[in-house]
Amino acid sequence: MQDHGSPLLRKLLDAHGPAVADTHARLGDATAVVDRERLVEVMRFLRDTPELDFEMLTDLTAVDYQSPDLGDEPRFQVVYHLYSVSRNHRLRIKVRVPESSPQVASLVELWASANWMEREVWDMYGIGFDGHPDLRRILLYDGFEGHPLRKDYPKERRQPLVGPNN
Amino acid sequence: MASESHGWTERTPDSPEDDLERDLHTEHQILNMGPSHPATHGTVKFLIELDGETIIDLDVQVGYLHRGFEKECESGSWYQAIPYTDRLNYNSAILCNVGYCMAVEKLLELETPERCQWLRVLASELSRLGDHLTRCGAACLELQAMTPFLYGIEARELCWDLQEALCGARVTSNYVRIGGVRHDMQPSFPALFRANVEKMRALLEDFEKVVTQNRIFVDRLKGTGIISKEDCLRYAVTGPILRSVGVPLDMRKDEPYLVYDQVDFDVPIGEVGDNYDRYLVCVEEMHQSLRISEQCVAKLERLGSGPVDVDDPRVRWPAKGRVFNRMEELIQQFKSVTEGPLVPEGEAYTAIESANGELGFYVVSDGGAVPVKVRCRPPSFLNIAPLPLLVRGSMLPDLIPTFDFLNMIGGECDR
Repeated sequence: MQDHGSPLLRKLLDAHGPAVADTHARLGDATAVVDRERLVEVMRFLRDTPELDFEMLTDLTAVDYQSPDLGDEPRFQVVYHLYSVSRNHRLRIKVRVPESSPQVASLVELWASANWMEREVWDMYGIGFDGHPDLRRILLYDGFEGHPLRKDYPKERRQPLVGPNN
Repeated sequence: MASESHGWTERTPDSPEDDLERDLHTEHQILNMGPSHPATHGTVKFLIELDGETIIDLDVQVGYLHRGFEKECESGSWYQAIPYTDRLNYNSAILCNVGYCMAVEKLLELETPERCQWLRVLASELSRLGDHLTRCGAACLELQAMTPFLYGIEARELCWDLQEALCGARVTSNYVRIGGVRHDMQPSFPALFRANVEKMRALLEDFEKVVTQNRIFVDRLKGTGIISKEDCLRYAVTGPILRSVGVPLDMRKDEPYLVYDQVDFDVPIGEVGDNYDRYLVCVEEMHQSLRISEQCVAKLERLGSGPVDVDDPRVRWPAKGRVFNRMEELIQQFKSVTEGPLVPEGEAYTAIESANGELGFYVVSDGGAVPVKVRCRPPSFLNIAPLPLLVRGSMLPDLIPTFDFLNMIGGECDR
């Protein structure tokens, strides 16, 4: 696996090479695709290694790559953006998630910011997070059917209003 | 910010007067506050568990302003997302424009002209100023002080007049374009700018005279809503809140974008991380924004006329004269209008310093004219998440200034 000149990717590959499925550093964004099963272990390494020091999980989101020519590729990717305040560097970690088992391990134990962002990904994409303490919808309401950021959710679809007067 | 002594006793939870009340416990009650409450300038609901007037726990319920921003972006062209970004943080719309356009430009690998970059910095700082004025003014209003609110809003009017002179609109300005900005500044702009900046400085001075050393205001803000540095990092809290605990993180300095490395400004930090520190940080940032925008206007005058758009047929329309007289440009114009730009396959993340903290955009393209994904990393959403930590154990009225200085903007938080 190549490090594309990024010292962050080099350190990650040296310590957890087998867990990394792919890397790139296009447009200056160092990126690693990590095996779903070893996500927590890799993330703990990135947070706790002194030269890496990723104190902050700045962003967590998912992407739906549904398309007819996707073939056997997993449909979803969960994308994590890490930032180190003390060292001022960034790293993007991605996890491939198949449609048949939309589950990833939760990172709430490592970074509290994952709590709301994982709830949002569950809300919008229906990807569950194992070990999340409180996996409720966050932007939409209980009783909303489906997960609207999935590509197969039609934009025009209406849902009944909920509440005491409806 | 050094906490000066004001000559009166500080309020601490352990002062002997509180001993009598310490063991008075009532039955816990649940209070619903919001989603549309007169003392919160944001559409959000709090489910508060109270013991008397003491907050035991709190559940923040967001989402009342969810409008499907990302879904809408994924169903239009790359250009059509720009007006939606205006409506994320409606207090500082231009900053959202800038963040989104920079992310798309990163995918296109475009370098914008120098004049465009200075105009973007100028517009960003005016936007940030308007945002901070709203935050500080509204916080005073919600603490029952009408006068400073009016000073703040008058200054914001002057700021919005400048934005109108620059962009043609006051609030949702739709100013920035992929690879450029909508207009260059008018020749009359620098004169108006100088006149308004002078008035804004005077208003800010009045505002600070009324508020900064005001006993009631200081008592309500000092020692309330304290957050620690560790919690800020764990919760990915950024912006003035993180700076108020003493971490000088500012994307304009740490990852300089546009021409921020060529302007001279300071990043104010606090010490304690309470509401008062956040107030002081915001006030100082307003002065710094004025300082940056003055440098921008001076630089733009020195630069003289020049292009404000990148010269790249992928994102800019050809000149009208050529469209009417030449076949290639006619085709190109037709494609640009009906289809919009084709953005190369890939993914990009850009972060800018918005008024609330790190505003990130993560965009994914499959090489087509429609985005696969436009993710906005909203600072408000992450800044409001640790609110229960900040108010647990404090009095119910302390929730108001704490919420005000976290400055949750519903449009950005809920998207």
